[in-house]
Amino acid sequence: MHTKEKTSSVVIRLIIAIIIAIYVLFPFFLVVINSCKPTEEITKNPIGFNGASIPQLTQNLGDVINNTHFLFWSAFGFSALITVVSLVLLALFGSMAAWIICRNKTKWSLVIYFTFIASMIIPFQVVMLPLISTFRDVGKFIGIPMLQSVPGIVFAYLGFGGAMTVFILNGFIKGVPFDLEEAASIDGCTPEQTFFQIIFPLLTPVITTVTILNGMWIWNDYLLPSMMLGQNGAVKTLPVAVQAFVGSYVKQWNMILAAALLAIIPMIILFLIAQKQIMEGMIEGAVKG
Amino acid sequence: MGTFSIGRKTFSFASLIIGIVLTIWGLGVAIAKGGPAYSSRGALIVIGVLLFIAGLYYFPTLKYHRAIINLLFLFPLLFAFLVTVIIPLILGIGYSFTDWNGIRLKGFVGFANYARMFKQASFLWSILITFLFVVFNMILVNVVAFLLALLCTSRIKGLGFFRAAYFLPNLIGGIVLGYIWQFIFSNVVTKFTGTYSMLSDTKTAFLAIIIVYIWQYAGYIMLIYITGLNTIPGDVLEASAIDGANPMQTLFNIKIPMIAPTITICTFLTLTSAFKQFDVNLALTNGTGSVPDFLGNYLTNGTEMLALNIYSTAVINNEYSFGEAKAVLFFIILATVSIIQVRISNKKEVEL
Repeated sequence: MHTKEKTSSVVIRLIIAIIIAIYVLFPFFLVVINSCKPTEEITKNPIGFNGASIPQLTQNLGDVINNTHFLFWSAFGFSALITVVSLVLLALFGSMAAWIICRNKTKWSLVIYFTFIASMIIPFQVVMLPLISTFRDVGKFIGIPMLQSVPGIVFAYLGFGGAMTVFILNGFIKGVPFDLEEAASIDGCTPEQTFFQIIFPLLTPVITTVTILNGMWIWNDYLLPSMMLGQNGAVKTLPVAVQAFVGSYVKQWNMILAAALLAIIPMIILFLIAQKQIMEGMIEGAVKG
Repeated sequence: MGTFSIGRKTFSFASLIIGIVLTIWGLGVAIAKGGPAYSSRGALIVIGVLLFIAGLYYFPTLKYHRAIINLLFLFPLLFAFLVTVIIPLILGIGYSFTDWNGIRLKGFVGFANYARMFKQASFLWSILITFLFVVFNMILVNVVAFLLALLCTSRIKGLGFFRAAYFLPNLIGGIVLGYIWQFIFSNVVTKFTGTYSMLSDTKTAFLAIIIVYIWQYAGYIMLIYITGLNTIPGDVLEASAIDGANPMQTLFNIKIPMIAPTITICTFLTLTSAFKQFDVNLALTNGTGSVPDFLGNYLTNGTEMLALNIYSTAVINNEYSFGEAKAVLFFIILATVSIIQVRISNKKEVEL
């Protein structure tokens, strides 16, 4: 299918690709190399290897991890907990709701579906202020703190992530043959058995997609946790902790970059493991969303 | 009813009743005492609601079982959606017409908040640079991403590596990469240029935000363009090659028209995400930058885009209802622009 191309043009393209890759990856290199230096060396020479050493790296990382403003393990733990619980609940409740909306062609299911779709355009800024007061009041009313708490923020992610999750799942469920469900129902399956034993397992690929999309969003989200958890609360996610930490260590670049390194390592590791799924998931989400 | 065992009936009714009692009791304590008594009350309500759900699930009926399942399946997500999105949205629109301060409100002020924001030069400036930012980004990100996609669909070695490398920045949250780039602009770039940091001057700081945004976003948009380009059937390209079309003609007459739907998606994505841009703005410049004369005013929020302006109005300056009014306007602008964009793109797609 390809016409014959000159070797020279292939080589030129390769060189261009390499130059762009260097440009794109250079910031990551800078983070790593400067996390291995003391502050004075960074200001003197931020690009080279001068002054970089592994002991200095361990010292910087140690300082950051034990810093009272950052508390890496606590922030990492809360980020992981909030992300994982939100993702599990979004996948479960999202597919349950999407299935009902998709299979019940009533006026109400259409109203719910279009409300979900329309809500996707709402910017977070419009709801964030009343959200805080609503959550404060609801928390007082039911006796469970909704602000500065893990259940509260998970609940918020369920609300904000619900629309896109249902939208993508709905598109997939439409393509699942209805005969399967009819057959199950003739065999005496109750609706919930049909869903959990027949439909839910079929949704694995699309649940992977929504989990990747929601996961990238929740793990990196800053504004929602900073509003709901506050800068000084006991519960902090990684982005909030980085922000609080930088605020208290202005211009101490070795510390800031070491903190940045710690914050990006989990994502990079995950990307190296599941690169294909992540990239495909992001494409699917965009094309369908 | 005869098909259900006595045990199931008893369990269902008992759960329903105990569940309702516990929930009402738990809530009743709140109303009676009036104070914020977190503690065992929350647990009581949770157990009450779970019992109620169990009772409903085991309710001895064949006729309404399907309806009960529908309700139970929809409830968790819809309830969360209602409390986090719909109620705050309605409250927020209402609050924008009051003097609400985040905790209580004294009275309605009509359109005063809206009238005030159109007289505030710093806010008008934010609108202006947000639009500028959106236009620059939409064009630049799409052009860069499309060129990258062409590069990454041509025959070169290590395609997989290049795609992954270009996409990599998209994995990092805006706050963290904002600080990384703050370091690069103020410590690394200055080593080469020998002058001030780009971030200290409003114009170059604005340029810096655009550079960072392209760096972060182009790889992602590239992936979508690659998918689009891969859907072009091979025989079409072959036919054009046989007809003697040069690469430029193939690009403009075949490739671009055939990926029109992809272009729509990518413009929409870049448009909305550029409008909502907050994290990078906050971490990179925090909106600072002086503007000597804008409508006769001296401004200090040279790089503050809409989302950040709303945030600082409400959260930093504690002007909640004013910030909320700005947010409502933001919502209206975003919705209008998105609808117009989709309309135009759809027309274009039909023409092509």
